[in-house]
Amino acid sequence: MSDLKSCPTVEPDEFVDKTLKNYPPKVAKKRRAHMLVRQESEENQNINANARSVPGIITQRGCCYAGCKGVVIGPYGDMVHITHGPIGCGFYSWLTRRNLFKPGEDGKNYSTYCFSTDMEEHDIIFGGEKKLKQAIYEAYETFKPNAISVHATCPIGLIGDDVQAVAREAEAELGVKVLAFNCEGYKGVSQSAGHHIANNKLFSEVVGTCDQPIEGYSVNILGEYNIGGDAWEIERILKKCGIRVGAPFSGDGKFEEMTSAHMASLNLVMCYRSINYLADMMETRFGIPWAKVNFIGVSAMSKSLRKIARFFEDPELTSKVEQVIQEEEERVYKELAPYKERLQGKTAMLFVGGSRAHHYQDLLKDLGLTPVAAGYEFAHRDDYEGSQIVSDIKLDADSRNIEELKVTPHPEKYRPRLSPEKQKQLEEEKVLKHYHGMIPDMPSGTLVIDDISHAELERLILDLRPDIVLSGIKDKYVIEKFGIPSKQIHNYDYSGPFSGYEGAINFAREIDMMIHNPAWKFMASPFEKKPLLTAELGVDK
Amino acid sequence: MLDHTTSEITPRKALRVNPAKTCQPIGAMYAALGINRCLPHSHGSQGCCSYHRSHLTRHYKEPVMASTSSFTEGASVFGGSPNLRQSLKTIFQTYDPDVVAVHPTCLSETIGDDIPTIVKKASEDGIVPRGKWVIHASPPSYAGSHVTGFSNMVKGMVDYFTNKGEKKVKGQINILPGYVEPPDMRKLKSMVAEMGLTPVGFPDTSDVLDTPKTGHYEMYPPGGTKGEKLLTTGASEYTMAMGHFSSKDPAAHLELKGGVPFTLSDTPIGVQATDRFYQGIMEATGAEIPKAQLDDRGRLVDMMTDYQHYLYGKKVALWGDPDQVISLAEFMSDMGMQPVCIITGTPGKIFEKRLKAILEGKALMPVIAQKQDLFYLHQVIKKQPVDLLVGNTYGKYIARAEDTPFVRFGFPILDRAGHSYFPSVGYKGGIHLLTSIVNTLLDRQDRDAPDERFELVL
Ligand code: SF4
Ligand code: SF4
Repeated sequence: MSDLKSCPTVEPDEFVDKTLKNYPPKVAKKRRAHMLVRQESEENQNINANARSVPGIITQRGCCYAGCKGVVIGPYGDMVHITHGPIGCGFYSWLTRRNLFKPGEDGKNYSTYCFSTDMEEHDIIFGGEKKLKQAIYEAYETFKPNAISVHATCPIGLIGDDVQAVAREAEAELGVKVLAFNCEGYKGVSQSAGHHIANNKLFSEVVGTCDQPIEGYSVNILGEYNIGGDAWEIERILKKCGIRVGAPFSGDGKFEEMTSAHMASLNLVMCYRSINYLADMMETRFGIPWAKVNFIGVSAMSKSLRKIARFFEDPELTSKVEQVIQEEEERVYKELAPYKERLQGKTAMLFVGGSRAHHYQDLLKDLGLTPVAAGYEFAHRDDYEGSQIVSDIKLDADSRNIEELKVTPHPEKYRPRLSPEKQKQLEEEKVLKHYHGMIPDMPSGTLVIDDISHAELERLILDLRPDIVLSGIKDKYVIEKFGIPSKQIHNYDYSGPFSGYEGAINFAREIDMMIHNPAWKFMASPFEKKPLLTAELGVDK
Repeated sequence: MLDHTTSEITPRKALRVNPAKTCQPIGAMYAALGINRCLPHSHGSQGCCSYHRSHLTRHYKEPVMASTSSFTEGASVFGGSPNLRQSLKTIFQTYDPDVVAVHPTCLSETIGDDIPTIVKKASEDGIVPRGKWVIHASPPSYAGSHVTGFSNMVKGMVDYFTNKGEKKVKGQINILPGYVEPPDMRKLKSMVAEMGLTPVGFPDTSDVLDTPKTGHYEMYPPGGTKGEKLLTTGASEYTMAMGHFSSKDPAAHLELKGGVPFTLSDTPIGVQATDRFYQGIMEATGAEIPKAQLDDRGRLVDMMTDYQHYLYGKKVALWGDPDQVISLAEFMSDMGMQPVCIITGTPGKIFEKRLKAILEGKALMPVIAQKQDLFYLHQVIKKQPVDLLVGNTYGKYIARAEDTPFVRFGFPILDRAGHSYFPSVGYKGGIHLLTSIVNTLLDRQDRDAPDERFELVL
């Protein structure tokens, strides 16, 4: 008998085999390495990740450009982001990610604009450097942004435009920062390569270029993108505790703030996948330590606040934090109670992103739901197994192509925040420099599937019939045709915030609505003879 | 909102700002979805495919299936042949489509992958199962726009399916609907069938991108033109092709290949374009326009005069895909509305020519521009304010910045409902379109009216 939570009639291993049967044998073998059945008794379960998707398999993944421009750099709303390439790439990444932005005092806000060199046949044949330079000039003349970024798309790499040289020239001539990213879509195997490329450039050309002190208990928030206003809710709570956000990377971010980010006391890492590089490099160069946090879920939020308090180790701050936690939790749990009652025991699957499929498990558990299967779209092994395994990961050809910067302590600006003893102690306590990964949090009998394909998702839904699936736009309506609600957790179905305490309430309300909406029951028309789902699935529900 | 857009128009040679078009493959993918049991395949890096699927999904709120060759750096240097072969292997075994419709992305196009040769070799090597089709379109993604991609994919259908010298089937006519919505494709077929003719409409995305929710998911919904049907396109007596930009090339190709003569008409939006649609078919086939359609026509004209107080003289700015925008501009000027600025991002001088011909002598000549963007349109209307904006969702920022009523029309519509259910073609479609125009203007009038002018009857 299986211990797979949702569905006692499904043997997890059998399920995996059945899923793989539909593939050509070589593909099946490859995919097998990306799946595991969780056994809590087994320590160090391995999974393959960050490997090429099989051509033709129907993956959820996007490209390097999407990771660089779309994810990390795009949210800086006071910059002009120029996509260098044919029109499509820039068009699709125009306002579709919901990284909300409020301009600063200077009123500069380009977040609703889309800029592209719109390369056409002639430009592809004769090269696009001139056009790019002209575009940068025109952008600067017309918009006077605080900085400009340039993002190369696939054909640009191929025709060999030197975007770095163009950016350097324009920067020197215009006197405005121009950051060029060689984030051509074919680099790496997913969005992930683009995160790394973006991190490298922010680190080497922006962070640490200005030394504006940041007063008080100061933190930077890394890997938080202000989807649906998440960053604002987090900021509200931190502010209430007396903690100051130096620079956000990059939700609601302003260019200027980044330049002094190294002056903060601590880096908080939300999405470890997209930004761990920057956290590591900043620690080496400036001595600023990092702590992994999760601001999604009530208990996760409180736990993260306590981590911060532990770092600063100031009784006044600690008691303030405890007071805020008590206040907020009391209110939130009261509001969540009726939802929890209705949601208790429901099952969920999560297939999305590089951190959310883990982060949201905390929130689901707060609401009484059980995750039965989960996986990331573009994560690496450490996101599954924990940051301690990083040194064991063998780099393949695709990853080797992404530059690893050699970082050394800054001769003047390196400033350790803690005594070596305390640093060591906090590392041992796993407060600093540690992310434990998704797998240890998954109960026995659940499935972990990396880079899930359409075929696998379909099989999972048919056999496991979860009550809800947390996923992305491309899967949402597939899942819902089956009669199972699907919550988008890339874009939150256009609502939010879902972070912090307020966010938990918003999320609970929506999950409850989606599962209990009376409209679902009309899928079965009264004129059909055959009962709808039961016959085909043989699942006792 | 859009505070950095000023009314002063400075020349731009290189920078596209707020585009009014997108790239070819999404149009190719959309067209391919209009073949029954077809899986569109994007030959390039996986990002494009992900973007195209996502955007179509946002527009339709429906599953949009497509696969990708998932190029990595190696494929970009050494060519994508192994990736396409692997894709076809995986696709046929795992997803069992009847047709795979391949389109290149900018990347594979720049590399110069020879898709037909790769596919031919794959067929010879048994990778493509018997009785299955692999077709392709050759859109250089960086020429034209999504409309061109659509047209190229439809041309690809003709290329692979239309046979030469077929014996003609009496009363069978090909319908090339152009780049329109699923309900439009459904409507056009029924308009032709009501005339007693047998339409072969392709592509046909109805019953693919507007499927019912029943609790069952089908990767290949029942809709889409069947391969067997497409094989008979050469046996049709005649082709009605709609939209210069989306249907002319495929129609001409069909004539060349299958010997089927065609009429090219504007997309039948509004009274006159729909009249021409019927006239074309009547002339070519001798069939009559049904009485019910004449009644619908009368109802549309009735509405155009019933609500004239709210329409006549109203200044409008329009943007979108050229075929629709041309007909829409004509429709509006037929009601005495006054287009002030009409743009499309899709390149093609014929856009300006056709519009000038249509609007000649009717009203003040508006600013008409192809290959333009929404930043430009916004600048124009800052100088010449309008009463109404009509275009795709991206206009909502302009509408807010200028506090102007806004009717969503075209592709994509990401923030309102209805476009995937109600047609805008034919007389009935005109009634639907006009309803949203009138109601939008009236909502604004009510919103802005002072209490003493806030009236019950309008
Ligand atoms: S590379 Fe070309 S095909 Fe791909 S999204 Fe960009 S413009 Fe479109
Ligand atoms: S062309 Fe390349 S960069 Fe653009 S969307 Fe496609 S994969 Fe991404």
